[in-house]
Amino acid sequence: MTNLTDLTMAQALKGLDNKEFTSEQLTQEHIDACIAARPLNAFITETHELAMEQAKASDERRAKGNAGTLDGVPIAMKDLFCTKGVRTTAASKILENFVPEYESTVSQNLLDAGTVSLGKVNLDQFAMGSANTTSAFGNVISPWKANDGANVDLVPGGSSGGSAAAVAARIAMASTGTDTGGSIRQPAAFCGITGIKPTYGRCSRWGVVAFASSLDQAGSFGRTVEDSALLLQSMAGFDPKDSTSANIAVPDFTSGLTGDMTGLKIGIPKEYRIDGMPVEIIKLWDDGIAMAKDAGAEIVEVSLPHTKYALPTYYVIAPAEASSNLARYDGVRYGLRVEGEDLNDTYSKTRAAGFGDEVIRRIMIGTYALSSGYYDAYYIKAQKVRRLIANDFTNAFKHCDALLTPTAPSAAFAIGENEDDPVKMYLNDVFTIPASMAGLPGMSVPAGLNAQGLPLGLQIIGRPWDEETVLRVGHSIERSANFTAKPQLIGKMAA
Amino acid sequence: MSVTLKEAKKCANLARLGLSDEQLENLVPQLSNIIGFVEQLSEVNTDNVEPLMSVADITLRLREDVVTDGGYQKEILTNAPETLEGYFAVPKVVE
Repeated sequence: MTNLTDLTMAQALKGLDNKEFTSEQLTQEHIDACIAARPLNAFITETHELAMEQAKASDERRAKGNAGTLDGVPIAMKDLFCTKGVRTTAASKILENFVPEYESTVSQNLLDAGTVSLGKVNLDQFAMGSANTTSAFGNVISPWKANDGANVDLVPGGSSGGSAAAVAARIAMASTGTDTGGSIRQPAAFCGITGIKPTYGRCSRWGVVAFASSLDQAGSFGRTVEDSALLLQSMAGFDPKDSTSANIAVPDFTSGLTGDMTGLKIGIPKEYRIDGMPVEIIKLWDDGIAMAKDAGAEIVEVSLPHTKYALPTYYVIAPAEASSNLARYDGVRYGLRVEGEDLNDTYSKTRAAGFGDEVIRRIMIGTYALSSGYYDAYYIKAQKVRRLIANDFTNAFKHCDALLTPTAPSAAFAIGENEDDPVKMYLNDVFTIPASMAGLPGMSVPAGLNAQGLPLGLQIIGRPWDEETVLRVGHSIERSANFTAKPQLIGKMAA
Repeated sequence: MSVTLKEAKKCANLARLGLSDEQLENLVPQLSNIIGFVEQLSEVNTDNVEPLMSVADITLRLREDVVTDGGYQKEILTNAPETLEGYFAVPKVVE
């Protein structure tokens, strides 16, 4: 039998259907890989016993002919989704011992589809970061190594670093993530896998630990576009419990995966050709454009004039929303409490002890931007610029069906790099944040390796509610790029 | 524009973050750096532009004003650091 951890999720579902193996066998192999790969620190909480119970139940369902759409496949859950009876930390000390009494809508949808959960994967604390170096549970190490022989540990990207590392290292078949400014797309690019953030409102935010509520959106990781589409299919859907969840039918995300782009107009935003862009990123982008042409697409240049303002807009709006959202961690109803002299002192001591440095930095920025005297100059100003950014996309989509850009301005970097200056770290998300500001669906697809042998991703951005075209383009690029490279630290080899 | 230590102290107090003087002094240049970076937004002409609060083009839904859920006192208190007779307990507020 082939190595079960090397199958795609779609192949595994066929194998389960054809009785080539059971979910118990499939799950056990992934658990073994997970244990061997512990040095990557991808998981905060492993739920292997629970996974085996779920696998057994799945096999019984399948035997009776009651299998769900994703029945029996082992996945990993970002530790930002509340899971009933399983600790949910948001990678923060302030929620270190928090065991939810309820299940998030997205994770419930996946349970209903029959998935097996291997556990809760690591992330940047409260999803704030681009390198998975702000977790209170330690850094996640990328399964990729540069080919220079230096054996330096690289970042998996962030914030969904554990989700991306687990899928790349063949520990999980697919995983959930959340994306506020690039937290699915950038780690997918760094880890050489696919990741999609759907349209804002496509997946319910109910039960997802909030960071910036007008931007937060759940999405999926897979080693193929098809796998990402399959997982997203089961996650998405209207939820009355989330006031911004859209009551719009979810189409069949895999139906357009033909490899063909005939009739599609692909927009190339000229403002994304930023000064100082590395040659290897320019080459990757040019390659992607050639692939789209070869697949039958028409290439058009488009303009998104406010692109350079997306990052500063984000770093007002996201911290402002975070400072408000994170006010709930008061040491009273759940989470850490550090006793003080009085109630106010208890709040202050609890929050200072419970939040990490990056979280404190963003709460401070958000509080500053929302404080009297600065509210109009920063917060309202940023919301106005946000509208201009969104309008840019509306105008661009009059001339094209999807946009093609690099996902990130570089490949993965060493752990510890870019830590000296927060703004430098923020620049990682320069290509992903604009689409987030406009709530648009975006996906990253691995499209090549740089000179050091590290993966690079291309980003596809679509119109609102048009994940189908995003996936169709992504799948076509995937087929043309024929990305077959594997990380060096896979499952059992990781130790 | 740079953030002053006094402003940082005020923000820490508003956000109920009990930071030490040393932590605040370290934060001041970082905050100034970030605020300096976002300052470039002032270049953008936003006359007659409505602020965009949310991209969700959704009218808030209404439902019947009836009880649909509840009765979870035990579950709600499960994660509380301290409870007393079915309530959340906090340090004494009123003397």
